[in-house]
Amino acid sequence: MTAPLSWYLVLAAALFTIGAVGALTRRNGITIFLSIELMLNAANLTLVAYSRLYGEHTGQLVVFFVLAVAAAEAAVGLALFIAIYRHGRTIDVNRLNLMRW
Amino acid sequence: MELGIFVAFALLAVASAIVVVAHRNPVYSTLSLVVTLVSTAAMFVLLGAPFIAALQILIYTGAIVVLFLFVIMLLNVRREAFAPAANQGQRWGAALAGAAFAGLLLVMLWRAYAGVPAQPLAADLVSLTGLARSLFTRYMLPFQIIGLLLLAAVTAATVLARRPDAVDFGDRGEGAGGEP
Repeated sequence: MTAPLSWYLVLAAALFTIGAVGALTRRNGITIFLSIELMLNAANLTLVAYSRLYGEHTGQLVVFFVLAVAAAEAAVGLALFIAIYRHGRTIDVNRLNLMRW
Repeated sequence: MELGIFVAFALLAVASAIVVVAHRNPVYSTLSLVVTLVSTAAMFVLLGAPFIAALQILIYTGAIVVLFLFVIMLLNVRREAFAPAANQGQRWGAALAGAAFAGLLLVMLWRAYAGVPAQPLAADLVSLTGLARSLFTRYMLPFQIIGLLLLAAVTAATVLARRPDAVDFGDRGEGAGGEP
C-alpha cells in the first residue's frame, strides 16, 4: 500500500513550520541559516509531490532550480557571515545593530 | 511496505528537523540537517523522482552542508557564548504561533487534497530523458539564467569573504594615490 499524497504535503507543512519557528526564534546566525534551508527543503518536497500528483515534469524542474538558488544563497550568505564576524567578532543577530538607527 | 518506509522516514525527518532547530551546538544542528535532507531524498524516491533525490544528496549534503561545516569551523562559533533565552514568554509565543500555523496549514492541505488519487506513475515522469528534454527545451532560459546566477554568487562570495585590508583597487598601489 502506498502513502497518499496528502501525507507528503502534511509532512512538508510540518517541516516548514519547524524551520519557520527556528528562523524566528534562534539568534545564532548559522542556525537561522540552517532553518531557512529546512524551509526550502519542505517547499521542494511539496513541489515534487505536486509533480507526482499531476504527472508533470515541471515540479521536478523547479526543484532543480531551487537547489541551484539554494547553493548560491548559501555561498553568499556564509561569506556575509564571515565578513560580519570579522567586523564585530559575533554572529549573534541580536548584537548586530550596525544598521539600526 | 511503501507505507512503512514513508512513515519511518517521515518520523526521522521531523525528529531531526526538531534537533536542527533546538540544538545549541551548530555542528550538531548541521549534522542533523544531513539526516533531514537524506530522509527527504528518500521521499523523493518514493514519489518517483530519483534524479532529484540524487541531486539533493549531491548538492545539499555534498556541497552546502560541507560549506556550513567549514564556516562553523572557520568562525569557531562553538566557543561563542550564547546568552540564555532573553525572554521565556517569547519562546512560548513562538511555539504557540508555530503550532497554530502548522494546524492551519494541515487543515488546508487536508481539506484540499485528502483522498485525491495520484496519477499512475508514468515511465516518462521517472525517466531522466523526459526530464532532460523539458529542461533543455521549455526551460532553457531559466537554465541559462541559473548559470549566470551561480557565477554572480561565486564572485560575490569571493569578494565578500576577502580580508578588507587585502582589497586593492589598483589606484592605491605604487604611490599612485599619493598621500593617504
